[in-house]
Amino acid sequence: MSSSSAAAEHGHGHGDQPSHLAHHFETIEQQDHAIRLGMWLFLATEVLLFAGIFCGYAVYRHIYHQTFHELSHHALDLTLGTINTIVLISSSFTVVWALHAARENKRGLSAGLLIFTILCACGFLVIKGFEYHHKFETGELPGMWFHPTGEAAEFAQLPGANMFFSIYFLATGLHAFHVIIGMSLLTWVLVRTLKGHFSPSYYVPVELGGLYWHLVDLVWIFLFPLLYLI
Amino acid sequence: MSQPAVIDQQPAPVDEPEYKKINYLNADRGVLSWLLTLDHKRIAVMYLASVLLFFLVGGIFAMVIRLELTTPEPTFVSANTYNRAFTLHGVIMIFLFMIPAIPGIFGNFFLPLMLGAKDVAFPRLNLLSLYVFWAGALLAVTAMATGGLDTGWTFYAPYSTTTPATTFPALLGVFIIGFSSILTGLNFIVTIHSMRAPGITWMRIPLFLWAIYATSIIQVLATPVVGLAALLVGIERIGGFGLFDPGRGGDPILFQHLFWFYSHPAVYIMILPSMGVISEVIAAMSRKNVFGYKMVAYSSLGIAFVGFFAWGHHMFVTGQSTLDNGAFAVISMLIGVFTAIKVFNWIGTLYRGSIAVKTPLLYACGFLFFVVFGGMTGIAVATVSLDVHWHDTYFVVAHFHFIMVGGVIMGFLAGLHYWFPKMFGRTYHEGWGMTAAAFIILGFNATFIPQFLAGNSGMPRRYYMYPERFTALNVASTAGSSLLAFGFIIILVYLVFALVRGKVAGSNPWGSRGYEWATSSPPIKENFEVTPVITQDPHSYQEPGEEVENVIV
Repeated sequence: MSSSSAAAEHGHGHGDQPSHLAHHFETIEQQDHAIRLGMWLFLATEVLLFAGIFCGYAVYRHIYHQTFHELSHHALDLTLGTINTIVLISSSFTVVWALHAARENKRGLSAGLLIFTILCACGFLVIKGFEYHHKFETGELPGMWFHPTGEAAEFAQLPGANMFFSIYFLATGLHAFHVIIGMSLLTWVLVRTLKGHFSPSYYVPVELGGLYWHLVDLVWIFLFPLLYLI
Repeated sequence: MSQPAVIDQQPAPVDEPEYKKINYLNADRGVLSWLLTLDHKRIAVMYLASVLLFFLVGGIFAMVIRLELTTPEPTFVSANTYNRAFTLHGVIMIFLFMIPAIPGIFGNFFLPLMLGAKDVAFPRLNLLSLYVFWAGALLAVTAMATGGLDTGWTFYAPYSTTTPATTFPALLGVFIIGFSSILTGLNFIVTIHSMRAPGITWMRIPLFLWAIYATSIIQVLATPVVGLAALLVGIERIGGFGLFDPGRGGDPILFQHLFWFYSHPAVYIMILPSMGVISEVIAAMSRKNVFGYKMVAYSSLGIAFVGFFAWGHHMFVTGQSTLDNGAFAVISMLIGVFTAIKVFNWIGTLYRGSIAVKTPLLYACGFLFFVVFGGMTGIAVATVSLDVHWHDTYFVVAHFHFIMVGGVIMGFLAGLHYWFPKMFGRTYHEGWGMTAAAFIILGFNATFIPQFLAGNSGMPRRYYMYPERFTALNVASTAGSSLLAFGFIIILVYLVFALVRGKVAGSNPWGSRGYEWATSSPPIKENFEVTPVITQDPHSYQEPGEEVENVIV
């Protein structure tokens, strides 16, 4: 350990130390371990953030059980929801593949897969946008904007119908916000991939971007059945 | 190449205490070198300055409350101003003093030093969390001061969603401060996991760091939930979602659950670091191995874990089911078991130690008193049938000021006096230190013991006027608070004097065996000349086989 401490003392970029080793770490393994742990902890905070929303869902589902049942079957478009689920799961697959490619030093393949993942994210948002647009037209919006018209007005008579849409827009809105953050992270990873920053010995940022993207995916995998299926 | 320093000897006696000429304070010069620093020690000093400023502001509002309550009738502020004063007092003291104080100052300064590391794992994130703290604090304080927030620090819905006062910016401020708390906690957990110097196994981590570790877990896991709760109240005010409005089918109790899911564990964010400081101070001041190191360490984790499942005891009178009330009551009392384990072990450490009666020890003794007294009343208010009587009275106010505020102030001042020589390389005047400690400990008791009595006879909290029979107790409380304030003024004066003119402390004025004392005072920018190798247990004051009585340090 004394050799590595001596190397770290002389600053980074010196000798055989890789340039991305920060001065306060002794070895690259220590740095990677720290960064990975930090990311997992950050993901834990995200899980707890969404846990609050899920709690709200549970409470109102319990109070307005029948209303939530009716609305999830009639007010939301199951086809679009299913397509979006497939889009997100595929993008999770490609982001893992991109990480694998980065490890194997296949830069072109990794970049292509990242681009596909980002396109999937865009596709998800576009489809979500269509769903939101439909809700604008029927007036099924939360809170003070809740003025359902036409067919939607019939379901609006159910007790707690506005609660369903409040929860729907809060949960999917917060999720969409995380999709955008995930896209930005993956774009940053893509730029660095294209610049050739990653190698079989240094691919942690790809891994972190992928981890975050899995979380976004995972939240949707819970939201989809709760809002569309049951 | 130099050999790594091996810390297994008692520190060599130093005849002439040395003030390290080139240290972290003057290694780089200029305001920018401070604002852009990545050095955890400088970030800690900036936390110290900002937290002290907020403590002063929160204290001024406390004095406004106390002065107003000297007479049963309106005294010198209007009812509206009074509501704003106790909101400002609560929000500032909780979010800007008690939560960031010990982790932000001593955690930042000593966590890497106690691990033999050069810095925390993510120095840039550390600086960011300070800036996020400043931004959130600025937003929250300006919003409250100009918008007249009058909800109290609890932001209970539906009042918070309907009050005419500006609420959203203050909530956003609290949300942003929460981010700072999360980032600090995350950084500390990762640092403890990955930056320990050779020889520091998990069972050699100093007790202060065990406490910081437990605190950080709560910060990381609980803060997002209160962030969401604040966000939902904001959305409620802007969009009228009706989530907490019974008139629109919402459930105001949901807000209380989300709020207390964070805000109950938050009291352990405040008190656990303080307990960590006390463990360090008692070990150093009794010159004796810590009694029951593992128990003290594990009980920190125990408090953090059980603390997550006790929040319902704030809601005994909300119509919660009897089963829930019973469960939350029992879980809350479990906290008392873990706290008692610590108290017994601290007393076990003091027992037959070679005790040095210095200022930090006075605060540690004050801490023991406040924690035992406040803890016992805590068991009392955790009992459902009693809490129905005491709920929302001054008894509860006095209880949480004893355990939480008393605990944090004692821990903070003990730490400040214990580590001042290490942080700034100079010592303060011991006589004045003890005088101030006497003022503060006595003043604190004089302030809050009357409040226990007033609350027990039925005086409700947050009231602007009260029946005349409570006048004597309120006057006594206000008189006590002025003693308390005077104590703080003494401290301010002698510490500022010590900073400039204090005697040079040397690297280890207390003869402590804590790892952080192995470096110079003030420490150099890189913390240690070479990465230390630790071969002794923390707080180890005796050689193997040696009798405790024979240890002379």
